[in-house]
Amino acid sequence: MDPFLELVTKPDNVPIVAIVILLPFFTWLAFSQGRRNDLAGTPAEAGLNDKVYCWPYLCRNEFLCAIIIMLVLGIWSITIDAPLEEPSDPTKTPNPSKAPWYFLALQEMLVYFDPWIAGVVLPGLIIAGLIAIPYIDINPKGKGYYTLKERPFALITFCFGFFVLWIVLMVVGTFLRGPGWNFFAPWKEWDPHKVVPLTNVNLSYLFGIRNEQPAGIFGMCVVVGYFALGPIYYFLKRGTSKFLQELGLVRYIVVSFLFLTMMALPIKMILRWTLNIKYIWVSPWFNI
Amino acid sequence: MNERRNGLKEKITNNQIWQSMFRHGYEKTGRRYTLQVLQNVWLHLHPPRVTRHAINFRFTWCMGGITFLMFLVTAVTGVLLMFYYRPTAEYAFRDIQYLEFDIPFGMLLRNMHRWAAHGMVIAVMLHMFRVFLTGSYKKPREFNWGVGVILLLVTFFLSFTGYLLPWDQLAFWAVTVGTNMARATPVLGHEGPFAPQDIVTQANDVRFALLGGTIVGPSTLLRFYILHCVAVPLLASVLMALHFWRVRKDGGISGPL
Repeated sequence: MDPFLELVTKPDNVPIVAIVILLPFFTWLAFSQGRRNDLAGTPAEAGLNDKVYCWPYLCRNEFLCAIIIMLVLGIWSITIDAPLEEPSDPTKTPNPSKAPWYFLALQEMLVYFDPWIAGVVLPGLIIAGLIAIPYIDINPKGKGYYTLKERPFALITFCFGFFVLWIVLMVVGTFLRGPGWNFFAPWKEWDPHKVVPLTNVNLSYLFGIRNEQPAGIFGMCVVVGYFALGPIYYFLKRGTSKFLQELGLVRYIVVSFLFLTMMALPIKMILRWTLNIKYIWVSPWFNI
Repeated sequence: MNERRNGLKEKITNNQIWQSMFRHGYEKTGRRYTLQVLQNVWLHLHPPRVTRHAINFRFTWCMGGITFLMFLVTAVTGVLLMFYYRPTAEYAFRDIQYLEFDIPFGMLLRNMHRWAAHGMVIAVMLHMFRVFLTGSYKKPREFNWGVGVILLLVTFFLSFTGYLLPWDQLAFWAVTVGTNMARATPVLGHEGPFAPQDIVTQANDVRFALLGGTIVGPSTLLRFYILHCVAVPLLASVLMALHFWRVRKDGGISGPL
């Protein structure tokens, strides 16, 4: 069998294939309802606000759903066997070594950031950011029904984070990363001896700064300047923007910090692909 | 025919044994429907009535329920698997082989456990996606959204701790890769930034606490086994109780009014 097909049909990769199929379907389902609600002016759910008895109406649906899911799970379990490889051997490292599929977006981030960012700080901020969402989203509209135009910023930000930075990175990490965590197109053979030229340089080097100390100060200025974009925008616009006044300084700082942190990943990825940037900020203690 | 059926129904339900178990009658009234939910320990998490859109598959996708169903499947199959599995480096892998080749339906049992676990991860992601798209985290459900995020994390951790237990190459190296991140924890990991060099070493940092050693070894297997079978399921159950309770206390499933 074609090696790429073999990889895609590996038992443990079935969930990723399932997600790649299910997610577009559910996105379509949600967005079509959102569009319908937007066009109608009032959400369709508002017309279904009368009450029905849980028994039998809700319990029947739950039972039906449980039967169908158990059927799917049963067929899945009969037809596909859980993988069992050779006994564990600490002296024999497989190449590539991969984490479970749901952590592969994090492992993929390791290409662009050091482990303390990709493996610890960013996952921590993802969790903290998700928990913070209800407290920083002050838009009262779109509660309890699908909509597209009533909360565009929230939808675009969440979908970008979920689809591109989580699902796509997971798919890339699983299917397109081979030995040495090198990138392999689907039709390419996984060659463990693939030679990748190490031409990455730090941002300061690109700007002609060769000494360690000025380079560190330059990097710090870039990173601090990047995160300062948020507050600067706030102080420029707060006089005229009603939205910023309602949001308040504390909420705004949290939103802008989380948003800029999220966007730092695609920015670093693009810098790596186009300018071969290794680090933005090199210091004696850490590199970013 | 109808008379005979009613007669049979009468015989089954109209006696002391049946009525000691099921206290409600079978008349088609709102009172009976309410009692059927209220007097049943398995159903009593439901309110007596919900809004009509809340039973609509197009609205809910049923993903929260599927997540819970997958949790129940892994709990039942997991208990059965525990009968055949010893969490020691000598036996773990052989017990899985024994399970696959010698135990009747052992392979099916293991498959169901593993695929239900994967299914739970998929369902919990889609559940979160749905809750976000319908704006259901907004006031007054902010806290319950936070509980849900922690439950997502707990689901990942449940699946991750279970990943090690077969003790094969796949398990060993996936967990090695996953836990290697911990050594880069700022301050608390021996390779992380700002870690005091002489105080935080690889024999006492946060990764050591997780693994019970400097590499994945027998004590890691035992630790992950206990986390996987006792500690994390308990935590998940407590958080789920809180999560379901809050769904009702925050006004039931979200709607436009």
